[in-house]
Amino acid sequence: MSVVFRADNIHTYYGKSHILHGVSMEVREGELVALLGRNGAGKTTTMRSIMGLTPAREGSITIFGQNTTKWAPYRIAQSGVGYVPEGRKIFGHLTVHENLLVPPVTKGRWQIDTVYKLFPRLDERRTSKGGKLSGGEQEMLSIARALLLNPKFLILDEPSQGLAPVIVQEVMRTIGKMKEEGIAVLLVEQNVFLALQLADRAYVLSDGEVVFDGTARELDSDRERMETLAGISHA
Amino acid sequence: MSSQATEIKHDAAPLQKPAFQQRYAFICLAVALLTVPVWLPLLGGYTDLASRVLIFALAAMGLNLLLGFTGGLSFGHAAYFGLGAYGTGLMLANYTHSTLLAVAVGTMIGGLAATLLGPIAVRRRGIYFSMITIAIGQMFYFIAVRWNSFTGGEDGLTGFSRQPIHMPGFTISLHTTSFYYLVLVCFAVGSWILWTILNSPLGHVFVAIRENQKRLTFLGIRVDVYIAVSFAISGFVVALAGSLDALLDNFTSPDNLKYTLSGNLLIICVLGGMRNFWGPLVGAFIFVLVQDYISSITQNWMTVIGLVFVLSVIFFPLGAMGFFRRRSRS
Repeated sequence: MSVVFRADNIHTYYGKSHILHGVSMEVREGELVALLGRNGAGKTTTMRSIMGLTPAREGSITIFGQNTTKWAPYRIAQSGVGYVPEGRKIFGHLTVHENLLVPPVTKGRWQIDTVYKLFPRLDERRTSKGGKLSGGEQEMLSIARALLLNPKFLILDEPSQGLAPVIVQEVMRTIGKMKEEGIAVLLVEQNVFLALQLADRAYVLSDGEVVFDGTARELDSDRERMETLAGISHA
Repeated sequence: MSSQATEIKHDAAPLQKPAFQQRYAFICLAVALLTVPVWLPLLGGYTDLASRVLIFALAAMGLNLLLGFTGGLSFGHAAYFGLGAYGTGLMLANYTHSTLLAVAVGTMIGGLAATLLGPIAVRRRGIYFSMITIAIGQMFYFIAVRWNSFTGGEDGLTGFSRQPIHMPGFTISLHTTSFYYLVLVCFAVGSWILWTILNSPLGHVFVAIRENQKRLTFLGIRVDVYIAVSFAISGFVVALAGSLDALLDNFTSPDNLKYTLSGNLLIICVLGGMRNFWGPLVGAFIFVLVQDYISSITQNWMTVIGLVFVLSVIFFPLGAMGFFRRRSRS
């Protein structure tokens, strides 16, 4: 299995504050990797560094064999990285269909009609304004929009946030499907149990450092360790 | 699932009504504009006034592509208006007797200037973007003022007049009424182009830029390139309006390049409603009429415009069209 994405000892700063202290991780072809950690552990900063929004000051990020550490975000997206940002971030004044017309047309399996087949709900709501959609529908639209780029690597930031449990299950099923399609996925989640059900491997961040690196099963079976590492109570 | 289905129906039902209303309103607008020379004199107006409304409406709609639909606040679009006007005037004064060629050249000069200078402004966002657009705009103003021998300096450019258009088989004289129809045709073509763009994927990208630029970069889109495209298109439309303005009075002056005109165009957009496609037309109607009427009473007509502007921003923040929209919905 070739490596799709690798972060090598990255250090990221916001101004003077040092957020990531040498984070290293990798995602291989066809893998679903969970990135876990409590609030403020550096998960979002890691995403931002991968996407080029807050480039790492030291260390390097390699995507599809190219050093993308200092690339502009649009270039990273064009190279085949789909990013579904936290909180959906769809275009509220455009209709569902118009939202899907915004990404540039790319060759591959994912076109507007195939995306509608994957999310029949979006097909039904084609002419509704993005802002009128429910949270679950917005999440689907956000994923659909990222899929239109025909990414080989998909990053999802907190897809379950603020969604009803039934919808969360549906979104998670879709993410599982992405993996079956051969897309490498990096899943950032607060909902650790959900993420570990799907993931092959997991990384846990704490205070900007990787404190766990192993298989999802290993972490899932060791509840005590999970609690100390990720600070999650599973009551 | 059943509750979701009813929700969809509930959404779809009121959609049909505005579509019907819109078509109806559009036909009324078209009929009203086509018959202006008939009914306007009856109301005490004159046809040139209607030409002026359409010229300013066209300019403001062009600016509004950038302002209302792409989210770029330009304080320098007078530059492209003025370049269109000077281009057309200088062509007619020195090089050609063809009105249409002069309009085409004027539009090209203004539009190309926007195409070349836009990329400089889009390197920055927000207030810095606006400041760069002012600076670029004022540059052309001072060139027009200083280059006396070519532009006529502060006195403005005279010595040209619109020439009859010779078509195979017939000639259009371009007197007041026929000139109005030339303006109307340009207005129709300009607004059709803008409408088509806004309903294409390119237009959706513009609106998406207005809403959130960062989200677009995740989709592999270079936002600055698209803002520059919007800037260029709006520059061409504004230049076309400027070139018609030169023909309207057979005169143009550095005032047509000055930031105050840029400000007036912005006021027109905001008065009419900058989130609405036809908003600038309504804004231009209010602005030109108030200007025409008040300036016959007092020189300080800007005071009244200012007052109207402040009141409209306080009470109708979405502009006249936004206000009517909301009323018709409720």
